[in-house]
Amino acid sequence: MSGASDWGWPALFFLGAYHGLNPGMGWLFAVALGMQEKSSRAVVRSLAPIALGHAAAIGVVLALASAMRIVLPLQTLKYAIAAGLVALGVYRLIRHRHFKWVGMQVGFVDLTLWSFLMASAHGAGLMVLPVVMGMPAGGGHAHHTAGMTDPLTGAEATLVHSLGYLILTALIALIVYQKVGLAMLRKAWLNLDQVWAVALIVTGLLALAI
Amino acid sequence: MALWRPDPTFYPSPKMAMQAPPEKLAYVAMLNAKENGRPDALGVVDLDPASSGYGRLVGQVDMPNAGDELHHFGWNACSACLCPYAPHPHVERRYLIVPGINSSRIHIIDTKPDPRKPQIVKVIEPETLAARTGYASPHTIHCGPEGIYASALGAPDGNGPGGIFVMDQDSFDVMGKWELDRGPQQLAYDFWWHLGFDTVITSEWGTPNMVNKGVNPEILLKGGYGHKLHVWDLPKRRHVQELDLGAEQQMALELRPAHDPTRPYGFLGVVVSLKDLSASIWLWSRDNGKWGVHKIIEIPAEPADPALLPPLLQGFKAVPPLITDINLSLDDRFLYVSCFGTGEFIQYDVSDPLHPKKTGSIHLGGIVRKAAHPKQPKTPLNGAPQMVEVSRDGKRVYFTNSLYAPWDAQFYPEGIKSWMVKLNAKPEGGMEIDPNFFLDFGELRGHQVRLEGGDASSDSYCYS
Repeated sequence: MSGASDWGWPALFFLGAYHGLNPGMGWLFAVALGMQEKSSRAVVRSLAPIALGHAAAIGVVLALASAMRIVLPLQTLKYAIAAGLVALGVYRLIRHRHFKWVGMQVGFVDLTLWSFLMASAHGAGLMVLPVVMGMPAGGGHAHHTAGMTDPLTGAEATLVHSLGYLILTALIALIVYQKVGLAMLRKAWLNLDQVWAVALIVTGLLALAI
Repeated sequence: MALWRPDPTFYPSPKMAMQAPPEKLAYVAMLNAKENGRPDALGVVDLDPASSGYGRLVGQVDMPNAGDELHHFGWNACSACLCPYAPHPHVERRYLIVPGINSSRIHIIDTKPDPRKPQIVKVIEPETLAARTGYASPHTIHCGPEGIYASALGAPDGNGPGGIFVMDQDSFDVMGKWELDRGPQQLAYDFWWHLGFDTVITSEWGTPNMVNKGVNPEILLKGGYGHKLHVWDLPKRRHVQELDLGAEQQMALELRPAHDPTRPYGFLGVVVSLKDLSASIWLWSRDNGKWGVHKIIEIPAEPADPALLPPLLQGFKAVPPLITDINLSLDDRFLYVSCFGTGEFIQYDVSDPLHPKKTGSIHLGGIVRKAAHPKQPKTPLNGAPQMVEVSRDGKRVYFTNSLYAPWDAQFYPEGIKSWMVKLNAKPEGGMEIDPNFFLDFGELRGHQVRLEGGDASSDSYCYS
């Protein structure tokens, strides 16, 4: 295993956890659904579709990048990803659009779709790309081939990332629903959108360095 | 500008909003009914008992044109911004959206740099509203989870249908007509929602042509004013159910759904029954996925000497109560009811919504009674309790006494002298007039009151 893989997997996991931390990305919806049905089982029930939607958003981006890697030289692809990240970051800094996908009466499919769209709109998959690009392919033997050309690595990366996301989402949702309550939102809900936008730009710049 | 933390006036649940600090300012729509070419205004009232200006007008911004008839208005953002499916908690509650019901002009007023000196920052002309939505006579404003919603009484030609349109929360651009499928709905007035059930409720008054020359007895006696509720799917923007109260129930106006998003019920005020001139409160609720509506309160007309009545009512030899506004405390416990005819203002305990208990009543003004205020006990008042607002903690109630210029003239032909008063509500029920708070609007007429930071009809919540 090369040096890159030492930080690659933990980085994917913690990026997932970071995505899970954002109240707009899932845990708050899970809490709201629990409150609406007055049952912690409703909180737990909502976690699967929320995580599935998030994973799909990551997986789709990784698969797309893999496909593009076949036709594009690695260097060109890097620039494209970096440009995409920076552009999305700048856009999110200056414009705050809030789309309405659904309401509070959501089934499994609605919730999965909501989570998929929310993660996609936030550029969650794009943010993961540079990390995966910096990782070696499955066996670690072909040093010059980036990990994303390997579908297996893409799937593993999605899984590790989504695990980090799910663990944090579930933890916060259940603790908030059962113990803490939502009053803390008024103070603790930092404007992650701004942090997020900056994170997108920074990741874009990092992508160039990899 | 986006905030770093959520706007401090946003609360996840109505229960939490009841912990909010007491309001220190109110904004009041002030109508110029004199037809002297002077415009309407938005007034700022000092509500801080510790202040030397307590109970007085301390600021005023005049509208750029005359003849708007400012009526209802609302905030650009509120606690609904915390809703989980489209959260954007870092916008500010800062701008008031103030439409003119006559002019169809919409004013965006900034309360931020100095809350006592609000400034007009944008004006949307009626032509723009008409071109973008096909609507005119904008009425109720509510900040929703992902935009500003407004109802409109009708089309630019003064006929129906009326409906709802949406405005962008950042740019205040009018986005368009809200309904994708309006079903049988034609008349419009108020609207609000049950966010927990993705359900919008709308009520009915009349088209601009049916109301802007006063109440039309011909239409009224035929049962032609609104008498239905409409139930809609909020995200799908479709009509799902019509609830008809019966044509004898004329003018189904104010809607106050339970603030707790898990409670699928709400209260509706009906102005007058053709059967006996009574007024009534109805409860709508959802059972097994279907919505229904029942009368829960009936307030009878009071017999009166025709010599004391305006021409419109002389033949009836009675004063109708005329319920023209209602309001519900944030804990869904107390319902306040304004009777614009008799001058009574009533508090009901609606903890058990099917069995309301009358817990308080006061009289001010009224067509026959002309009850005085304790601050000026010898001065008879006209007009009557009308637009009512309740503080977030439920301890203070404010109201003004004018309805709508063409209708004021029919019920109070001598010309309304307009005032605003404050009541103190007791925690377990009952209320008292604050003897130190009596605001005389002078040449203008006070209409809707909005409290700084939010009130009992400004915010909606996604968490219980």
